[in-house]
Amino acid sequence: MLIMRGTIRFPEFTANVDVSAPLSGIVGLFGPSGHGKTTLLRLASGLERGTDCYVEHDGEIWQDDRNGIFVPPHKRRIGFVFQDSRLFPHLSAGGNLDYAAKRANPGRADPTRGQIVDMLDLAPLLHRRVEELSGGEAQRVAIGRALVSRPRLLLMDEPLSSLDIRRKMEILPYIERVREEMDIPVLYVTHSLDELSRLADHVLLIRNGGVAAEGSVPEVMQRMDLGPMLGRFEAGVILEGPVLAQDADYAMTDLAIGNQVLRMPNIDAEPGTMVRIRVRARDVSIAIEEPAGLSIRNALRARISDIVLEDGAFAEILLDLDGFGLRARVTRESVALLKLEAGMNVYALIKSSAIDRRLIPGGGKRRI
Amino acid sequence: MSPGDLSAILLTLKLAGATSVILVLIGTPLAWWLSHTRSRLRWIIEPAVALPLVLPPTVLGFYLLILLGPAGAIGGAWVQLTGETLAFSFSGLLIASVIYSLPFAVQPLQTAFQSVGTKHMEAAATLGASPLDAFMTVASPIAIRGYITAAVLTFAHTVGEFGVVLMVGGNIPEKTRVISIAIFEHVETLSYTEAHRLSIGLLIFSFLVLMAVTILHRRAPVRAG
Repeated sequence: MLIMRGTIRFPEFTANVDVSAPLSGIVGLFGPSGHGKTTLLRLASGLERGTDCYVEHDGEIWQDDRNGIFVPPHKRRIGFVFQDSRLFPHLSAGGNLDYAAKRANPGRADPTRGQIVDMLDLAPLLHRRVEELSGGEAQRVAIGRALVSRPRLLLMDEPLSSLDIRRKMEILPYIERVREEMDIPVLYVTHSLDELSRLADHVLLIRNGGVAAEGSVPEVMQRMDLGPMLGRFEAGVILEGPVLAQDADYAMTDLAIGNQVLRMPNIDAEPGTMVRIRVRARDVSIAIEEPAGLSIRNALRARISDIVLEDGAFAEILLDLDGFGLRARVTRESVALLKLEAGMNVYALIKSSAIDRRLIPGGGKRRI
Repeated sequence: MSPGDLSAILLTLKLAGATSVILVLIGTPLAWWLSHTRSRLRWIIEPAVALPLVLPPTVLGFYLLILLGPAGAIGGAWVQLTGETLAFSFSGLLIASVIYSLPFAVQPLQTAFQSVGTKHMEAAATLGASPLDAFMTVASPIAIRGYITAAVLTFAHTVGEFGVVLMVGGNIPEKTRVISIAIFEHVETLSYTEAHRLSIGLLIFSFLVLMAVTILHRRAPVRAG
């Protein structure tokens, strides 16, 4: 566990930090901007001192202001990937890796520089000057540099936020490879639901420096009380299931979600591959009878588990779909006319074209 | 060229070279501190460093003469220590030059360190570099233009100084008689040919130095950022 307690003064507010993060896989620190996510990483790394703070990593105390303990950043054996790559401009890309290799953690034998170069496909970039790298390439080198130092913990501070969507898609698979091939826990700060859904194994929802909620990605996403924090249009859930079959004629893919089949525009994955998709609440409608003659192909059986009526025109409905949570955003009028209430069995209509495919291609998949 | 002029040139080069080396060594930690501290002490130190830019050299020279003289705090201690006087000696001249040229070393370095900022130092720390290691291997190479500018300007400024030298060093051949003093003496004795020879040399030298600095600032890749 990584334990952080203490007080941090931000320009606008003071936060009492109390965070315990598991140290396995990718732990996403998620939440709106300006709630101290980055500061938490800086506290973990020792780049930020805070006031009266306590930081403990895997049983080792890194900072304990009450007892005058502070392990400086260069002795913590952490890797930090900054939002701006911060590659050293006086060295080539390869020189940046060498810099890390020379100072690498002597307590571990791998990964080696060569392994990292292979894993992140850095070979063609090594001789280049830093200013000749594109934003995406620079960030890849920066990730490589952090890994070459053989850290015990990798801290990533919105590593993709300065990139456009195309560059993001180029890098995401590499971060997934880090998760799959490296035995290094990662704390990953982001305010992007896409990145979170695709990468994180565990989510800490950060609010005012503290943890407002935590759990697996699907668990956190389906909690309705967090709606305002997740953002209105982002409201939705993550569904996870294996690919059942591919239909080449119509370019469609069948996914098994619970005991039912979700049909969606094709994704590039072998049958049996686990994929995650994000279904937004506004793309889910509800029918009380099995619909016919609709263009929406996905009508999945579900049970209403909760209904939240809002002040305005809308209501949010939480559905139980064979154990998966699903959210639907409908009007209050519909709730009244259809006499919807908790416990009812209904059909959840999911628009195939609305399923967020950005999550899927290339990565987002784990062998089962 | 007369032997006297030649020794004046050599003495000038020696003085300027030694001043540059000392000032880069002293100026580096001072500039680093000034560019990173939040201490209020900087509001005193920073203008103090810049003082030689605006003070008449005679004022500076006058106080240095008192300080370095046998009765002064530093000069007195020096006499106790070495048995020689600081005033009107090469060592005294060197101390005076170091103080007189201080801003020419500190200000370019400070600007360079400020543009390096802290972000690359932070990155180095997370890669396992101690603060000194990070300074030597990251901040300094990135600020290399600041170092070159500081050394070149210090050297040129020391070559060009006159007032302070006259006050502190006087005009002792082979000890304190630098080029600018030699020129002054040639003019005093109406030896215009000799004065010309040294003056044109200094003029060309100064122009070349400033041209080099200009080119350096235009051409060298901007690295910090």
